[in-house]
Amino acid sequence: MRTNRAIRTPGGLSLRLDVRATVVVGLILLAALTASVVLIGTGDFPIPAGDVLKTLLGNGNAGQEFIINELRLPRVLVGLLVGASLGLGGALFQAISRNPLGSPDVLGLSQGATAGALTMIVLFSGSATQVTLGALVGGLVTGFAIYLLAWKQGVHGYRLVLVGIGVSAIVTAVNGYLLTRSTLTDAAQAVVWMTGSLSGRDWTQVWPLLWLCAVLVPLVLANARGLRMMEMGDDVSNALGVRVERVRLLLLVAAVLLTAAATAAAGPVSFVALTAPQLARRLTRSPGPNLVPSLCMGATLLVTADWVSQKVFGADQLPVGVVTGVLGGVYLLWLLVTERKAGRI
Amino acid sequence: MSVVILVLVATASIAVGAKGLSVEQVWHGLFQDTGTYGDVVVADRLSRTVLGLLAGAALGLSGAVLQALTRNPLADPGLLGINAGASAAVVTAITFFGVTSLSGYVWFAFLGAAAVGALVWFLGGSRGATPVRLALAGTAISAALYGYLQAVMITDDQALNKMRFWTVGSLSSANNSTILQVLPFLAAGSLLALALARPLNAMEMGDDTAKALGANLNRTRALAMLSATVLCGAATAACGPIVFVGLMVPHIVRSFTGPDLRWILPYATILSPVLLLGSDVVGRLVARPAELQVGIVTAIIGGPVFIFLVRRRRTAQL
Repeated sequence: MRTNRAIRTPGGLSLRLDVRATVVVGLILLAALTASVVLIGTGDFPIPAGDVLKTLLGNGNAGQEFIINELRLPRVLVGLLVGASLGLGGALFQAISRNPLGSPDVLGLSQGATAGALTMIVLFSGSATQVTLGALVGGLVTGFAIYLLAWKQGVHGYRLVLVGIGVSAIVTAVNGYLLTRSTLTDAAQAVVWMTGSLSGRDWTQVWPLLWLCAVLVPLVLANARGLRMMEMGDDVSNALGVRVERVRLLLLVAAVLLTAAATAAAGPVSFVALTAPQLARRLTRSPGPNLVPSLCMGATLLVTADWVSQKVFGADQLPVGVVTGVLGGVYLLWLLVTERKAGRI
Repeated sequence: MSVVILVLVATASIAVGAKGLSVEQVWHGLFQDTGTYGDVVVADRLSRTVLGLLAGAALGLSGAVLQALTRNPLADPGLLGINAGASAAVVTAITFFGVTSLSGYVWFAFLGAAAVGALVWFLGGSRGATPVRLALAGTAISAALYGYLQAVMITDDQALNKMRFWTVGSLSSANNSTILQVLPFLAAGSLLALALARPLNAMEMGDDTAKALGANLNRTRALAMLSATVLCGAATAACGPIVFVGLMVPHIVRSFTGPDLRWILPYATILSPVLLLGSDVVGRLVARPAELQVGIVTAIIGGPVFIFLVRRRRTAQL
């Protein structure tokens, strides 16, 4: 089977289409939607999938409508958006740093957001909104600091990762300090936040995330061509006409915004940003940053993990971050074993 | 030069604290018993200083070995899941076995670290292990274990209360029995690591060149992994996960020795304790009469130094 097909329009425009990648994206999206419907139906009042679909289309009964539209739909939407943002952000960071481990957790963004949230929880006993704001500010400030500190006639991927690790270590220490100085109740609240949770998310969290994604995702995708060139090295891509530093700054800002917003909404959910791009790359088997597949994969992963956590531990017993961590770890192990048998790594 | 700095820092580590001592008193406490109050303080701080020396050397060495082994400048014991293994074992000890004393944690932490090290080695492909596979296996196991750790901490407040102090890493729990518990492992691990400098050097040039030069890749990898696990596991068992030393010191050392491991490893052995003890002294000074845990101080001092180094020069590539 040919993996690439060119679509040409009569006007002379053409588009290269990777058939396998397109099919994979379609399947992942389908999986995300199925998982969302099932997740909406899961909880203390189980609702069959048929009724969920009916209600979503506006034909449900009043009780189900309330449960779905007011309680569960926003939670699932937050899950999808956070997952998508983390997946895309992770893919961007990995492509820019040219390191498969260059995820927001490694670069210190998650820790920065955590520091912001912890400051609010521990020092000011802040409300949920204040904690969200604190996390957002923390993530953005950290991202900005990392970029500034890594700047030296341009930002080099290697330097970015090393500076990120340095910043991350400092912020982690601050977090540890804040935890040891807090009361046990505050610490318990902080640990739940630090694990990453979707419980109790409502429409007020959906809208800002949705707007952000609506602006940033097209912006990122429009600049993805440059990113693909940049994988060949800065000099080559300069020669090919990519304004390397400009593209990098733009994409980096987008990645920081996406990750910080996602972390502010759901806490630093581990492993999605790291695994989603890797998973997507293996499914599409195509080189390059795989931005769209990573985005869809992130959304699917997070929603599925939330469903698993509700199924296995009961509704809202354990936050979703526990499951993404364990699932992600188990998945990577499985990958390791199968890839080894196939002789690929 | 480095040795002189090390001696100075060690002396400072004994002298400084909630009650300051003069250099003279430290000398008396160490070598001529005068039977004064100072001697008791010195004896107490001595075990802390010794633990700092040992743990610092172990962390620096294991970091340098791991960075060479995985050919990844980001490799630190955390990457291979050793910290996660130790933490998971300690939280298990607290929650399910009711262990509450710090010296009780030591064996659990060491076993956890060793078990995860072995698991990473096995899953990474044992005899056919490549750097990527090892890192991937370590990350995977860490993630799974941190998930477990967080699940336990969320459901068990008591464990959370203990763990939040253990995970920052501190030398304050040092006593002679802890040191004796981990000393044999540290000694064996260090000797092994130092002996590996030559074959690891060959491996830096790439697998094929190393083979052509007569290095036994599988054996070197297995031994390097073993020494790093033993060193870091023992250090973590004794003072909790202190993450930054093993990552940073090899980079600093490399910036003035170049990429030859026969120089990097000894320098890392000497300079890592300087960083660790120095941080410990600072931690005791800034928060007198209480103290700031050493793990926090290493990161807060070490982080900016590290960033400065990364910025100032082209860090010598591995």
